[in-house]
Amino acid sequence: MKSTPDQLSVPPDGRPYHDQPQWRNDFPIDWPQDELVARRDFTKFLVLTSFAFAVGQLWIVFENFRRKRKGQLTVMRIARADAIPVGGSLVFGYPEPHDTCIVVRTGAQQYFAYNQKCTHLSCAVVPDLARGRFLCPCHNGSFELRTGIPIAGPPRRPLERILLEIRDGDLYAIGREVRA
Amino acid sequence: MNLEFFLDPNRCIGCQSCVAACSECDTHRGHSMIHLEYVDRPISVQTVPVVCMHCDSPTCAEVCPADAIKRTGDGVVQTARKPRCIACNNCVLACPFGVPKMRTEWALMMKCDMCYDRTSVGLKPMCASVCPSGALYFGTYEEMEHLRPRSQPVNTFRFGNQTITTKVHMMVPRDAGISHLDVLSAMDENPVARMDVFDEIDS
Repeated sequence: MKSTPDQLSVPPDGRPYHDQPQWRNDFPIDWPQDELVARRDFTKFLVLTSFAFAVGQLWIVFENFRRKRKGQLTVMRIARADAIPVGGSLVFGYPEPHDTCIVVRTGAQQYFAYNQKCTHLSCAVVPDLARGRFLCPCHNGSFELRTGIPIAGPPRRPLERILLEIRDGDLYAIGREVRA
Repeated sequence: MNLEFFLDPNRCIGCQSCVAACSECDTHRGHSMIHLEYVDRPISVQTVPVVCMHCDSPTCAEVCPADAIKRTGDGVVQTARKPRCIACNNCVLACPFGVPKMRTEWALMMKCDMCYDRTSVGLKPMCASVCPSGALYFGTYEEMEHLRPRSQPVNTFRFGNQTITTKVHMMVPRDAGISHLDVLSAMDENPVARMDVFDEIDS
């Protein structure tokens, strides 16, 4: 670097700046030199900052996607649709193995699935197809089979419904509907 | 107009005006940066005001490991930059004039910056504006030569092998005919003055 009028300070050995070690130019004592921003440094700053902003946008998109996926329950295969006879039922765990749910087949293409937990005090409900309802044996609570709505006894809230889908003859649980 | 700072310790009367005025300065309000030193307190009341000499090659900045001490375009060495200063005390130990002060509670070295808010716009530094005897003078070189024809401004100091040229001038008697002040030589000098004083006391 050439000695400029901005460089007032004289190095201790008195030699000009271009004879000085590099660190003396890298860490100048004079204000004007210390605050000097070269065009190349500024361009570098601009490019890197805009690159960081672009990456940040991608990161936000990715985070949004990840957050949306996190709220979704997994799609789980329950059984073959034919494996349950008409008027029969099957207990399965969804979304976790310990969340016991029950699926009931009432017709050729009619399946109803609910979380087995009674909304009164969490006993397991049992299907009573003859009367078209689920019965909770603990306090004689009753839920309608087709909707899960409480119709008798202490429960006040409907059963948690499991959304079903049949794909290629397989019965899948695809989601959960929590109703108040 | 090229305004310079002139220091004339011969004229100092130790009134402490500069010390009080210094703490009024807006760059370090409430904290005086000037040192008013006694030369040899047991035998004399002579005082010397010490302000930053603003060296051409500031030793404080040379030894700063944090790149915190900077010199402005007009040659005034500034207080350490707060974001950079690491309170290592290197500058305090290195300065041959003993100017920098460490404020440990702020972890910041503070020093005389020649009232940069004032001198940068052509005003006198606080100390020079109040000094009643002209020991601290801020004006042009011509003014000074006219006012003090028997004195000569010197701004070269020698500390052993280190020669320092400063922005601030020290007034020395013109007939002494010296071009630089050898500060360390004073250490070898026999305390002649002291002996003289004792002789006077004895007689």
